[in-house]
Amino acid sequence: MTGRALYVDDLWPALGAAHAWPVMAPHTRAEVLAVHPAEAMALPGVLAVLTAADVAGMNDVGPLRRDEPLFPSEIAFHGQPVAWVIAATEEEARRACGAVRVEYRPLPPVLSIKQALREQSFLTDPERMRRGNPEEAILASAHRLDGEIFLNGQEHFYLETQAALAWVDESRGVFVQSSTQHPSETQEIVARVLGVHANEVVVQCLRMGGAFGGKEVQANAWAAVAALGATKVKRPVRVRLTRLQDMAMTGKRHAFLARFRAGFADDGTILGLKLELWSDGGWSLDLSGPVLSRAMFHVDNCYHLRNVEVVGRVCRTNRVSSTAFRGFGAPQGMVVIEDVLDRIARHLRLLPHEVRRRNFYARGDQTHYGQEVRDADRIERIWGTLLESSSFALRREEATRFNGGHDHAKRGLAITPVKFGISFTNASFNQAGALVLVYRDGTVHVNHGGTEMGQGLHTKIRQIAADALGVALSSVRIMPTRTDKVPNTSATAASSGSDLNGAAVRVACATLRDRLAEVTARRMHVEPEHVTFREGRVRAERGARPVAGSLAFAEVVEHAYLERVPLFATGFYATPDIHFDKQTGKGKPFHYFAYGAAVAEVEVDGWTGQYRLRRVDILHDVGDSLSPLVDRGQVEGGFVQGVGWLTTEELVWSETGALLTTGASTYKLPTVGECPDEFRVDFLPRATEPGVVHGSKAVGEPPLMLAISVREALRDAVGAFGSGGVVELPCPATPEGVYWAIERARGRAGWAPRFG
Amino acid sequence: MIRGMAVRFVLDGQPVLATDVDPCTTLLQWLRASGRTAVKEGCAEGECGACAVAVAARDGHGRATFESVNSCLAPLFALEGRAVVTSEGVSEPGGVLHAVQQAMVEHGGSQCGYCTPGFVVSLFCEYYRPGRSGYDPEAISGNLCRCTGYRPIVEAARSMSLPRVDDPWVQALPRLAPAAPSALPVEESRHGAGPQPQDECFTGGGTQVLRPKCLSSALQAIGSHPKATLVAGGTDLIVAANQRGDRWAEVIALDAVAELRSFRESSGELTLGACLTLSQLEEHLAGCPVKIPLLEQLLPLFSSRLIRNRATLGGNLATASPIGDSAPVLLALDAQLSLASAGGTRRVALADFFRSYRRTALGSGELIESICVPLPVRRYQRFYKVSRRVLDDISTVAGAFALDLDGSKRVAALRVAFGGVAATPLRLRDVERVAQGRPWNPETLAILHGALEPLVAPITDHRGSAAYRKAMTHNLLERFFVETTEATAGES
Repeated sequence: MTGRALYVDDLWPALGAAHAWPVMAPHTRAEVLAVHPAEAMALPGVLAVLTAADVAGMNDVGPLRRDEPLFPSEIAFHGQPVAWVIAATEEEARRACGAVRVEYRPLPPVLSIKQALREQSFLTDPERMRRGNPEEAILASAHRLDGEIFLNGQEHFYLETQAALAWVDESRGVFVQSSTQHPSETQEIVARVLGVHANEVVVQCLRMGGAFGGKEVQANAWAAVAALGATKVKRPVRVRLTRLQDMAMTGKRHAFLARFRAGFADDGTILGLKLELWSDGGWSLDLSGPVLSRAMFHVDNCYHLRNVEVVGRVCRTNRVSSTAFRGFGAPQGMVVIEDVLDRIARHLRLLPHEVRRRNFYARGDQTHYGQEVRDADRIERIWGTLLESSSFALRREEATRFNGGHDHAKRGLAITPVKFGISFTNASFNQAGALVLVYRDGTVHVNHGGTEMGQGLHTKIRQIAADALGVALSSVRIMPTRTDKVPNTSATAASSGSDLNGAAVRVACATLRDRLAEVTARRMHVEPEHVTFREGRVRAERGARPVAGSLAFAEVVEHAYLERVPLFATGFYATPDIHFDKQTGKGKPFHYFAYGAAVAEVEVDGWTGQYRLRRVDILHDVGDSLSPLVDRGQVEGGFVQGVGWLTTEELVWSETGALLTTGASTYKLPTVGECPDEFRVDFLPRATEPGVVHGSKAVGEPPLMLAISVREALRDAVGAFGSGGVVELPCPATPEGVYWAIERARGRAGWAPRFG
Repeated sequence: MIRGMAVRFVLDGQPVLATDVDPCTTLLQWLRASGRTAVKEGCAEGECGACAVAVAARDGHGRATFESVNSCLAPLFALEGRAVVTSEGVSEPGGVLHAVQQAMVEHGGSQCGYCTPGFVVSLFCEYYRPGRSGYDPEAISGNLCRCTGYRPIVEAARSMSLPRVDDPWVQALPRLAPAAPSALPVEESRHGAGPQPQDECFTGGGTQVLRPKCLSSALQAIGSHPKATLVAGGTDLIVAANQRGDRWAEVIALDAVAELRSFRESSGELTLGACLTLSQLEEHLAGCPVKIPLLEQLLPLFSSRLIRNRATLGGNLATASPIGDSAPVLLALDAQLSLASAGGTRRVALADFFRSYRRTALGSGELIESICVPLPVRRYQRFYKVSRRVLDDISTVAGAFALDLDGSKRVAALRVAFGGVAATPLRLRDVERVAQGRPWNPETLAILHGALEPLVAPITDHRGSAAYRKAMTHNLLERFFVETTEATAGES
C-alpha cells in the first residue's frame, strides 16, 4: 500500500549487487558449437560470463526429470539462455551480452502438437483412465458426435517477473532470496548446480508479486544462476528477468489438443465418451505429467460418465516448457467436456443448461477413476439456487427479446458448474510443517512452509495461530518462508497452502497450548482441560464455573519460562487417506471436492466480434470461510484470470517458433474494462468441510474454471446470429475468433482457425 | 547552460539532485536504482502502470493537478524542476494511510501487492482531480492487476469522498505545480532567471539531450543537429530504449516548448499544438464551443490515462505508426500539419504526410508545430476501434468516417480512413470520390464496397489476420452507413 512491502528485486541496491543478463539464442532448435566470451569479458564493468564450464555440480535444473540443462549444448526453444553475463551495472551486462559470440548449427524444430504427433515426439508414455465399455455404448447410442478442440496456453503474467538475489555468507554458505513457490526445491536445485549439500544453501521467499503456478518449479533456474554468479564473482548477484525475457523464456499453461467421440440419448444424456488429450509440454518434462493427470481427472467435471475412456500423452515441442498454472490441467479438461456438452445440446436443439443438468452426478456416484463424489447433491443445490438468484429464466427471455430486435448485436447467457479435486495428486506432497516460537513477552513467531503470493495465506495462517493460542492477531507475526526454519516443504500449490500449512501450524500451536495449560492448571489448581485461551487471557473453569481471576497470556508464558517449559514447538500434518494407482487408473486422489457455478451474460457485436461482459453471478463452495474478504478476492480474481485465458489472452508464435506476444502491449490480459458491469459473488451456506482446518475449503484454483460460463455465453450469443446447430468457438475466443464463428453461424464461409 | 548529467526535482516532498546519470535513464530506473521501492517495473512499456507516479502539473484549464505518469517511459530529464509523488509519499511519513490507501485496504483491493503502488498513485491523482464529482473509470485504465479481478479496486475508487479543503495536498498543490502555462518549469522562477527561459542540455553515456524552452531555440537546435532524434512525450520512443536497448547520440526534447502546447480556434480552423498532451487536448475540447465528435470518440479509447498524460498528438503522427489511432481520425477531418523549421513554416495535408512505413514528409530540421482541423467539421462522424480490449489497447483496425449530405441526401463529401490495414495510415480517396454526388443508400454502399475491395491489402500479425482486417474495413464502412442512415432517418 505504501510501497514498503519488499520483493526480491527491491533488495539489491542496499547490497551493491552485480547484475546478470542472459545471452538468448536466436534459434528455435540448434546445436551450440561454441561460446566465445572473450570479447565480452573485455568490456567495461563485466565481471564474468557464466557458461557450462562454471558449473561445479550438475548442469541441470529439471525438477522431476534431469532434462533441463542450465547451460544447454542444444538449444531447445527460441530465446533459451546459452550463457549469462555478470556485470557491475545492468546496462553493462546488457551491452556485453551482444558481444558474447556463440556458434550454432540450426536443427529442424517441432512447432506444434500436430507436428509432434506426426513425428512421434513425446515426453511421456500414454496414460489411460477407463470405465465401462465406451465403444459399445457409443455404437448403441441414438446420436453420435465427434470433433476436435484446440486450447491455447496462457501466460501467467505475474506482475513481478522472475527474480533471485544470491550471496555467499561468512560461513561460505549460499543465501538466496528467491521469488519461488517452492523454497525447498529451489534449495535442492541450487545445491545440485553448485555441487554442495543442502545444508550449505538457505533459500528465503519474502513474498511474491503473483505466481499462479509460474514460480512452482520455474523459479529454480534463476536462483541457480544468481547463486552460481555469486560464488564466481564473490559479491551478491541479482537476476531479474525483464517482461520480454520472462515471457520468452518461462513456461505457460499447457496448450491441449483434444479429440472426442460421444454417444448420447435423445435427452442429451451422455452414454459413451472416448477422449484423447494431447498436451504441449514444450521442450522439457517439468510438471507436465501431473498436469496431464489432473486434466484427465477433471474431464468429468460434474457429469456422470458411465462409459468413458480418456487417453492422454504429453508432446515434446520446441517451445518453452509448459508448467503449472492455476488449475493445473483441470481447466483444459473441463473446457473439453463443457464444449462437448454444448455441442450435444445444440445438435439436439436442446437448452444447454438442461442438458448439463441431466448429466450431473447424483449421491453415491463414483468418478471415472473410482472416487466417490461426496456431497454430489451440492452440485444440484448450487445449480438450483443460482438459477433462481440470477433470474436465469427471466433473463433468457430478455436476451431472446433483445436478440429479436437487434441484427448487429446479440446477447448470450450461460451457466456452467465446477467440481475441483483438492490435494496434490502425488500423495507424498500432501504434507506440511511448522515451527512456532513464543517469546517471554507473549508474542509469537510463526514459521511454516507456505509462501505468500497474494493469495492471503499469511492472513489465514495468522488467524489460525491467533485462534489456537487465544491471542490477538497483533501478537502473531508470520515470518518469511525460509528453508532453515521448516525443511523439506512442498510447493505452495494445488490450492493446498492453507489446508496443509494451516493444519501444521494448528498442531504446533496445540502443543504449546497444552504445555501452557498445564502450567496454568498447576497455578490455579484445576485440571489442564479446564484451561481456556481467549483474547490474550488464560482462564480456568472448575465444573462449569469460572475460577476467579485470569492470567494474561504473557504471564502464563513467563511462568512457563521460569518452570523451564519449552516455548517453541513444531507441527506436522499429512493429509489422511489419499491414494491413486496409476496402473489401474483408480483410487482416491483427492481429500475432497470444491464446488461452484457461474452464470455469465455477454453482448457480442456482429460487426467486429467484440464483446462485453454484462453480468456475472457466482455461487461458490468455500466451506466455512476462514476469511470472506480473502476468499472473495480469490473467487473474483480467479474468475477474471480464467476469462482472460478464454477470451483476450492469445499466445501467438511465429512460423519459425519465436513467441510474438512477449509483452503487455501484445499479450492482452483483462483490464478494468473487461470486468463485468455487474459482478455478484455468494458463498454456499451450510457448507462446513469436515476434516479440514476450521471446516474451510481450498479456494485458489476452483474459481478460475467458473470462467467457462463466459465462453459458453459467447457461444450462445454467436449461435443467436444463426439459425441453430453446433457452434464451434476457438479457445481463446478473441474478437476475431468470435467474428469468424458468427460468420459461420450466419452460414457464410471463411472460418479459419489459426492454430491447431 | 550546460548542466551536465544532473537533474533536480522534488520527490515525495524532499528536494533531490540526481547526479551522474545517463540522459537515457528513465525516472523508474533512477528511482529503483536509488533504492526507492514504491515504484515497480511490470512491463517497461507503459502498459501495466506498476511504475506510476504522480507529477504536479497544470491541466488544460491551467488548474493545478496531479497527473499520473508511467515512470518507465518518462526520461529523468523531463522531471527537471517538477514535483513527483510516489505511493510512499502520498501519506505523511509514519502517519496514517492516505484516504485512497485506506479505501484500497477496506475493499480488499490489494492481493500480491505488486501493482498496488501504481493503483494508489492513479487513485491519488483521481482523488485530487479538479472538478471531480464522481469517479472516472479511465483513471485506472492503464493499471493492470492480475490478482483481484478489479472489482474491489473499482469499489475503493467509488467510495472516495472529495478531499477536504484543509487536505495537505490541496494546500500544497498550487505551490508544487509549475506556474501556468505548464510547459514552464518552476526552475526559472526559483532561480530568478531572466525573462528568456534558458535551454537545458544533458550529456553523458554517449548521448546529448537538448531541451529548448521556446520554439525559436527548438528550431535552431534542430537546424544545427539535423540528425537528432526528437522526443515529445516519449511514450513510443522510450519503449524502444527499454525493450530493444536503442540509444541515441543526439536527442532534442520538445516537452518544454510552450508554443507547441497551444490550443486555438480562429479563422475557420482549430489549431492544436503538436505537443499538447492528449489529456490536455481532452480538457481543451471539453471547454471548447466547437465540437469535434471524431476527436471526442477517439480520445477515451486512446491507450490509457497514464499514457495520455504524456503522449502528444504530434508524437503520435510523427512516429507514423500504421496503428496510431489519431491518424485515421485526423485524416477523416482533413487535417493539415504546420511544419516548422528555422527557415519558416509550411503546410502539408496529413494525407500527404505519411510516405511509407514509419516515414513521413518531415524534412531535415523540421518539426510538427501544430495540427490544423478545418471548420466547420462534417455533419456525421464516427470512429471505430477494433481491438481485443475496450481500454488500454492497440487497434487491430481503426476506422474513421466523416460525411456531409446535401438537401436531397446525396453525398456532398465523404472521408474514409483506416489504421492497421497498410504500412501507413490510409485515407481511401478513391472510395470517397466514387461516393461523391451519389444518394446515401444501399446501392451506393455496394458500389463503395466494390471500390474499397482492391485498395486494402493488410497483413497478418499477432493482432489479427489479413482476412479479419480486410473484413473489418468492409464492416466498419457498412456500420457507418447503417448508423448514419438511422441518424438521417431520425432527422427527416
